[in-house]
Amino acid sequence: MSIDTSKVATSNSSAAVAKKPGRAGVVANWADERLGLGTAMKKNLRKVFPDHWSFMLGEIALWSFVVLLLSGVFLTLWFNPSMGEIHYEGSYDQLRGVAMSESMASTLDISFDVRGGLLMRQMHHWAAMLFIASMMIHLLRVFFTGAHRKPREMNWVIGCLLLILGTLEGFTGYSLPDDLLSGTGVRAADGFMKSIPVVGTYMSFFLFGGEFPGDSIIPRLYTIHILLIPGLLLALIAAHMLLLVYHKHTQWPGPGRTEQNVVGFPMLPVYAAKAGGFFFIVFGVCALMGGLMTINPVWKYGPYDPTKVTAGSQPDWYMGWPDGALRIMPGWESEFWGTTWSWNVFLPIIVLPGLMFTILLLLPFLEAWVTGDKREHHLLQRPRNAPTRTALMVSLMTFYGLMWAAGGNDIIAIKLHLSINQITYFMRAAVFIGPLIAFMITRRWCISLQRQDNEKLLHGYETGVIMRSPEGGYSERHLPIDTAKAYALTARDRDEASYVAVSTGDRDPNGLAAPAGRGSKLRGRLQTLWFADNIQKPTAAELEEAHHHAEHEAHGELEGVSADGHQFDGHHAVEGETLRGDH
Amino acid sequence: MTDARDHESHENDPHAGGSSENLPDSPAGSAGAVPESAEPIADPGLPAHEWRPTDVDERQEKRAERQVAGMFGLSAICVLLFLISYFTFDIGDNHSTFAGFGASTVTLGTTFGLALLFIGIGIIQWARKLMGDHEISEMRHPARSSDEDREATLAALNAGLEESGIGRRPLVRNSLLGAVGLLGLPAVVLLRDLGPLPGDVYDDEDYPGAGLERTVWTKGMRVVRDVVGTPIRAADLEIGDLVNAVPEAFYEVDEEGEHLIEGIELQIAKSKAAVIVVRMEPDEIIPGEGRDNWAVDGVLCYSKICTHVGCPISLYERTTHHVLCPCHQSTFDLADSARVVFGPAARALPQLPLAVDDEGYLVAQSDFTEPVGPSYWERG
Repeated sequence: MSIDTSKVATSNSSAAVAKKPGRAGVVANWADERLGLGTAMKKNLRKVFPDHWSFMLGEIALWSFVVLLLSGVFLTLWFNPSMGEIHYEGSYDQLRGVAMSESMASTLDISFDVRGGLLMRQMHHWAAMLFIASMMIHLLRVFFTGAHRKPREMNWVIGCLLLILGTLEGFTGYSLPDDLLSGTGVRAADGFMKSIPVVGTYMSFFLFGGEFPGDSIIPRLYTIHILLIPGLLLALIAAHMLLLVYHKHTQWPGPGRTEQNVVGFPMLPVYAAKAGGFFFIVFGVCALMGGLMTINPVWKYGPYDPTKVTAGSQPDWYMGWPDGALRIMPGWESEFWGTTWSWNVFLPIIVLPGLMFTILLLLPFLEAWVTGDKREHHLLQRPRNAPTRTALMVSLMTFYGLMWAAGGNDIIAIKLHLSINQITYFMRAAVFIGPLIAFMITRRWCISLQRQDNEKLLHGYETGVIMRSPEGGYSERHLPIDTAKAYALTARDRDEASYVAVSTGDRDPNGLAAPAGRGSKLRGRLQTLWFADNIQKPTAAELEEAHHHAEHEAHGELEGVSADGHQFDGHHAVEGETLRGDH
Repeated sequence: MTDARDHESHENDPHAGGSSENLPDSPAGSAGAVPESAEPIADPGLPAHEWRPTDVDERQEKRAERQVAGMFGLSAICVLLFLISYFTFDIGDNHSTFAGFGASTVTLGTTFGLALLFIGIGIIQWARKLMGDHEISEMRHPARSSDEDREATLAALNAGLEESGIGRRPLVRNSLLGAVGLLGLPAVVLLRDLGPLPGDVYDDEDYPGAGLERTVWTKGMRVVRDVVGTPIRAADLEIGDLVNAVPEAFYEVDEEGEHLIEGIELQIAKSKAAVIVVRMEPDEIIPGEGRDNWAVDGVLCYSKICTHVGCPISLYERTTHHVLCPCHQSTFDLADSARVVFGPAARALPQLPLAVDDEGYLVAQSDFTEPVGPSYWERG
């Protein structure tokens, strides 16, 4: 790398130029002679990572997972995952003498008798929310910008698995204290399991070690929560990171940023410093949230009792959408030959989440199948430049959002003084109609934005300067956007380059009727929908003509003076300018 | 580190790592359909590097240096404050006052959080202001291996397979596959003792009310108020009252004062036997088929466990006789055999037939006549 470091801050450059093997050199030599790190690190130390704020979302997930590991280990030192019944004798007055499970009692001990215990409990819970929320937003960023395309499909799949496992990890985690709220959740989970045809009752009896609630569920959830799922999460996160490094990060198109290269800061020092510094920031935010914002105050709920419940019982927010589906599902149940089919539970809570996650996992493959695009993609797309994809995800988000809102139908009814029955009936229709409307609106919106981009390229940007022609006509002055911006706008595929047309049989050039099965007909139709009405970027000829026209306008008939007041709008020096309006 | 990382090293070498035919050849990635010349704007290339104030002005540089070190210093102060808070604010019994429990968590969280944040902000400020800010460019390589590597790998794979004879000896291969497949059985069978079978729980009856089809209610057992355990006289209830109740068995003690049902057995019994007792005008009740004598003076008793997924129900609206489950809003009409009037539940709440004992207290005529709680496969 021939980089001009002549002016780089001295504090920096002096450290980088080692004159003789210092202590670092000795250590490096020791390590290389045993581990051969030299070869592996040769280029990786200066590996390039492109910079953009949206690439930080996945990092939040990564670092909050580290916070979860650290705070979680702390909690295990005191937590006792036992359902043995004891009488609480700790510091919290209101519950003293109350019979509860040891897991609830030890949770109270962590909260009230271990200094920093409540802080760690709350940090752990907040970090879990941050973990899942940032994974979701990261997933949306990846999909909206087309970063899931070849060669990154497997990383998409790994990411989706992380999201599923993270959700299950959250559920098993907040069930551990065995308080009234989480116990109600476990009670519902027992009902979910029992709705599964054929094996449901057996699954419930095996999981709970007998009849609900039994004395096994908390220790079993504990093992799943601190060993099984974290192990899987760690392995998948490692795979996710390795693939990221192997593929190299995607980047936004721009001057000098192409499909063949990756432009950005080197891992050492800038990226490592920024990412490392960001870890401390995520950690610090978790600590502030844990210290200042109460979450899951189990002492207010009390220990679990199967005869008690509180109004407004709701799971953590990421479990909310299947709960919403459960709430708006009509009460359908069938009996055949002495067996019970609980459609009202089985469909919304077992089938639907499975179906939605399957769709999520398959999205990159479905898109590749529709477009037939087998090329590698390393440049990101703006959401508007893939209108159907963007619309598809927005309609999925709308479905999710409506289901989630349905999961809070009681809260909505109370806060807005609405009828819970009407909200429920509305939601039953809205979850089907809403996503369709969202799809159509988003698609047209994207296409309009594409048009606006072309406007900018062809006619320049709106300056806000109103021109008055000698005839007295008014028009707004447009100026060309700068080349770098214009290039970034045009650095995208034309649609004809983005897909392999489906052979439809009748268009075969050799006159041979190619077999057009039902699959390829469907594919053809989807392909038409995928690209229909997309606005293509202008060709060189169109651009030149438009610029020529613009120049003509600027120097020709539209010549005039800018309307009064524009002298002072900051577009040029104000010296010598006066207001012309002395009439 | 790993092979995957090893493949990285192709900086400034577009042809390393084998064929690059997978990479689109123009910046915009058009695959030949539109010639390069049709690209409206040529790539202007990376913009020139701009020096930052800290690169050219020594005073700015020193200032940034002080800022960064200042952040680290503030972090150290926060750690000190953290330690002071830890040893000053003991949580103990006095959790309701500020300087008790609340102060400990708040100050520990704030000082710890700020200590971390200052380090993070300091490092990032260092990276932004003082570290070299030259963007560098690295060439990508296609994800696939080079053709030579592929051939060599295939050859190695074939050689290995050939030498193992796995293709030529189907007997060995298939018997191995079968044997390994059967190893799945121990893995599944070993999980058998996770819990008893539903039928076994019912038959063994190790504890009162064992099994999904049964609860602890028996003929003549008193219906007592939850929490206090006092029996209920029908006449004591007003029209419109709802009482949360449980079987008297929950409060029975032996000679030594020990509860007969306690611990996990009590939790299991509670999850099935909890009831609600309501009183309404007798002429408002629509008696269910064969339930004519299940009420006592307009007093009705229903399972408190929702038939949807098992939450306890108790939100009662006396004017409509509707009871609502707070979990998923299933609504049942208690005047009409607790049939479902709204929500996702499919079944009416089971009704407990009531009678009055010699002393005038409410008692059960029998156990529930159907299983309580959520539906399950074998329920029928």
